Amino acid sequence: MVSVKEIEKLAELSRIALSPEEKESLRKDMDSILGYVEQIQKVSADLILGKKELSPRNVMRADDNPHESGVFTETLLAAAPSREGQYVKVKKIL
Amino acid sequence: MIDLKTLTIKKAHDSLIKGEYSAVDLAKAYLAEIEKKNKTLNVYLEVFDDVLAQAAEADKKLKNVPTSKLSNLIGIPFAIKDNILIMGRRAGAASKILDGYVASYNATVISKLKEAGAVFLGRTNCDEFAMGGSTENSAYGVTKNPHDLTRVAGGSSGGSAAAVAANMALAALGSDTGGSIREPASFCGVVGMKPTYGAVSRSGLIAMGSSLDCIGPFAKTVEDAEIIFDCIKGRDPLDSTSTEAQNTKHKIPKTKLKIGVPRKFTESEGIDESVAENFKSSLEVLKKRGHEVREISLSNVSYSLAAYYIIMPAEASTNLARFDGVKYGLHKSGDTLLADYRETRESGFGPEVRRRIILGAYVLSSGYYEAYYRKATLVRALIVRDFEKAFKEVDIIATPVAPTPAWKIGEKSDPLQTYLADVFTVVANISGVPAISVPSGFAEVGGGKLPLGVQFMAPAGGEEILFGVAQRFSN
Repeated sequence: MVSVKEIEKLAELSRIALSPEEKESLRKDMDSILGYVEQIQKVSADLILGKKELSPRNVMRADDNPHESGVFTETLLAAAPSREGQYVKVKKIL
Repeated sequence: MIDLKTLTIKKAHDSLIKGEYSAVDLAKAYLAEIEKKNKTLNVYLEVFDDVLAQAAEADKKLKNVPTSKLSNLIGIPFAIKDNILIMGRRAGAASKILDGYVASYNATVISKLKEAGAVFLGRTNCDEFAMGGSTENSAYGVTKNPHDLTRVAGGSSGGSAAAVAANMALAALGSDTGGSIREPASFCGVVGMKPTYGAVSRSGLIAMGSSLDCIGPFAKTVEDAEIIFDCIKGRDPLDSTSTEAQNTKHKIPKTKLKIGVPRKFTESEGIDESVAENFKSSLEVLKKRGHEVREISLSNVSYSLAAYYIIMPAEASTNLARFDGVKYGLHKSGDTLLADYRETRESGFGPEVRRRIILGAYVLSSGYYEAYYRKATLVRALIVRDFEKAFKEVDIIATPVAPTPAWKIGEKSDPLQTYLADVFTVVANISGVPAISVPSGFAEVGGGKLPLGVQFMAPAGGEEILFGVAQRFSN
């Protein structure tokens, strides 16, 4: 059983403001969905898989050939809901 | 008058080359259909205002460039799902949180289609952030099934599927993370294909589940779908998960194909009688055409859906963290910066999106990570192995596409009920293999006929065999 407290914690981590009704409704949803997906517990996988199958691999490239500074700045800043000059503007952080 | 009903990319290309009509004529014909039907069907969120200018550019190329240097897709009118970026155009993944957002770059698939001279008619409706199987989760209303206006077009790429089915586009692009191309294709009676993971670049696709997302084509015929795939495929330096498509090891066998059916899986509960009957008939068609159908075992395949509904929300919760009202889109103000985030995301995301973010956060949180997310990735690796083993015995694996035909709008209110409809399609995303939904007949429902599809899956990189079996089935 997922508790409302757990839902509140997850909402805080996800930066979403939930109403009390929504907290309870999500709590019920989580119970239902987790009740279904937890069947994977029945599968014993660890002993059979090799290291290669288990770890993802990174595909890297050298951080070379940068584009000219400022080429995309205006396009990107134009999309920001709040800007001031060459800055994206937000409320104070500290 | 161009007969849109019987038109295919191939036919249109021939006519354009011969000069029977122009790309502008063709575009006008589709714009007229859109004008007639869009209010009712809600297929397009936006019809672009420069369609005829794009078509005129294509006509210029048709006139001045030698035919041998022209793409098959020159002048072909496309519908593009709202989660694929076209530079300078609005894009929103059918979500209010991207209100006002204008794409700052082209998705790689868009650059490729542009290079080929394709014409973009507009952006199509979908489930918000591709989360759903019916397009009922769009922030802009559902897309109706052209075969029955009381029913869903499927999802999440419902708009793109309906566009092709209703002759509001000759071709379309969608995205498929758990079946979002194949399911609406089957519901709307068109061809929908999900390439091998990595065969088509994801650069410019608004990300949902990064290890699962694939861009793919909708078309009227298998041949058309292959033409589109050939244009958009290819390794892209902008997408480090992309690979060269088509593993030449999987050349299509000249004569008889071996088609594997995971019987226990395809006969599990919850499958409509009409779907079961239709699937049996599809297998008979293949047998009559000289192919072998045999039973195979995929020991862990029944866990695909559970693994999917852990991995996908986990990845989506991470991918959707970027929508915070700071860089782009909707901004709602609170007392503090933290409140800005909370208010923006609560207002901007719809209920299904919020549900999956919370679910994703749960399965990744400390104390639950091992039991859910990590376990799901192990199960996934086992399923990949099952498929590799099976493809040593057979060339193709066949299943139904969905357990039912299109349901009535509003019929499924319980989230888990809607998730269960993905049971056959998620398998291909979990294992990374290419899969296609091909129209296979109709279900008689309430005095009307609803389209059904059959799903074929090939080994990773085996698009050639996939299109091969699909062609042999359809012809």
